[in-house]
Amino acid sequence: MRFFTFAAPSRFYALSGVLIPWFWLATVCLTVLGLYLGFFVAPTDATQGEAYRIIFIHVPAAWMSMVLYLVMAGWAVVGWAFKARLASMVARAIAPTGAMFTFLALWTGAFWGKPTWGAWWVWDARLTSELILLFLYLGYIALTESIDDDRRADSAGALVALVGAINVPIIYFSVRWWNTLHQGASVSIAAAPKMAETMLTAMLVMTFACWAYAFAVVFMRTRAIVLEREAHTDWVKALREDVP
Amino acid sequence: MTAGILFTVAARDLKLARRRRIEALLPVVFFVVAASLYPFGVGPELQMLREIASGIVWVCALLAAMLSLNTLYVSDYADGSLEQMVLSRESLVLIAAGKALAHWVLTGLPLILASPLIGLFFGMASGTIAVMTLTLLLGTPVLSLLGSVGAALTLGLRSGGVLILLLVLPLCIPVLIFGAGAVTAFDAGLSAQGHLSLLGALLLVSGLGAPWATAAALRISIAS
Repeated sequence: MRFFTFAAPSRFYALSGVLIPWFWLATVCLTVLGLYLGFFVAPTDATQGEAYRIIFIHVPAAWMSMVLYLVMAGWAVVGWAFKARLASMVARAIAPTGAMFTFLALWTGAFWGKPTWGAWWVWDARLTSELILLFLYLGYIALTESIDDDRRADSAGALVALVGAINVPIIYFSVRWWNTLHQGASVSIAAAPKMAETMLTAMLVMTFACWAYAFAVVFMRTRAIVLEREAHTDWVKALREDVP
Repeated sequence: MTAGILFTVAARDLKLARRRRIEALLPVVFFVVAASLYPFGVGPELQMLREIASGIVWVCALLAAMLSLNTLYVSDYADGSLEQMVLSRESLVLIAAGKALAHWVLTGLPLILASPLIGLFFGMASGTIAVMTLTLLLGTPVLSLLGSVGAALTLGLRSGGVLILLLVLPLCIPVLIFGAGAVTAFDAGLSAQGHLSLLGALLLVSGLGAPWATAAALRISIAS
């Protein structure tokens, strides 16, 4: 077995078919565990009361939105540079999930902002950058969908994703650039976490749940794209004959 | 392969524009008309207009620069000269830089010249107008450079015009922030130095990066 064994769409199709149920199982288990820890075990916040509990959705969604953009740009560029078909298909499959998480982060942020800041939306640097990230996802999706030729769509999307990737570090460092309403990062690797142990555990469990969900959905979407693009090949035709 | 191709391409585009003078003036006319719509929307009080003037000028400049983008490569693409440029031995990066330079001379420069007029419309002080003109001088080339990437990517697409806006506008937001921010800072009696330095940095980064991205985008669009 070589490093690129699963870069062949047919092998990837078989492998992901086996993995997807396990990712769904992990998603359900981790979500139930994470929400239980977050809503029943974690203590009430001293200043924000119960309202802070949306953090268990908000922060994982915000993390996923940024990481998925980088992963998408990475696979898109690999697909463009090495003419690796599967990498481009994975990049295309990640985009809607990334956009969904970005939207979720903004929406839960609005729900959190209303009780704590007294406003649904403030023009703070991090919120604004997250909004720009949503625009970048939409731009990528719009461009790739409006080009009929698959190869051109993949390459053009890779270029757009690469140019947009400059924005992701700006999101992260914007907290230091403009010091505004949004609280600074309370979780960092270097410093000891400033939040209760159980809160952190619940948030990390929810993050793993989001990861499992992202894997499951992206693999399912990639399989659909593989079937569409490889419809002319023998192995897809053979699959069709297997179905009664 | 020489750097001269940059100016040759720019001079060619300017010559072509000189033969269609009215068309070349459209962006600046749009700029003035769009900016003078704001008082009808927010009311004629000069105090309020003075506060939001820098934002209005910058947003209108951004839109005026974007609206003229879809013509940047379209005619060359239609008559086949773009294909010859891609195939030629000259550097496509320099050709792309030349096209962006011509676009800036045709849209950015007139906007800069017209901006003091808008400043007077909104009752800005002369010092503030000078700072605003300076920010436009640093910022509008960035718009042309980033815009040419979008124009090259959307070449020949059905929904090209709107798509350019969706692709390029989010990337232009930092220019808008620092451009309008410099004027606001100066108005509040603070130094505009930091904002101007960041605008200059954006100009350098996009000047070095955007022509490469544009050349890559042209190759992608032409290949299919």
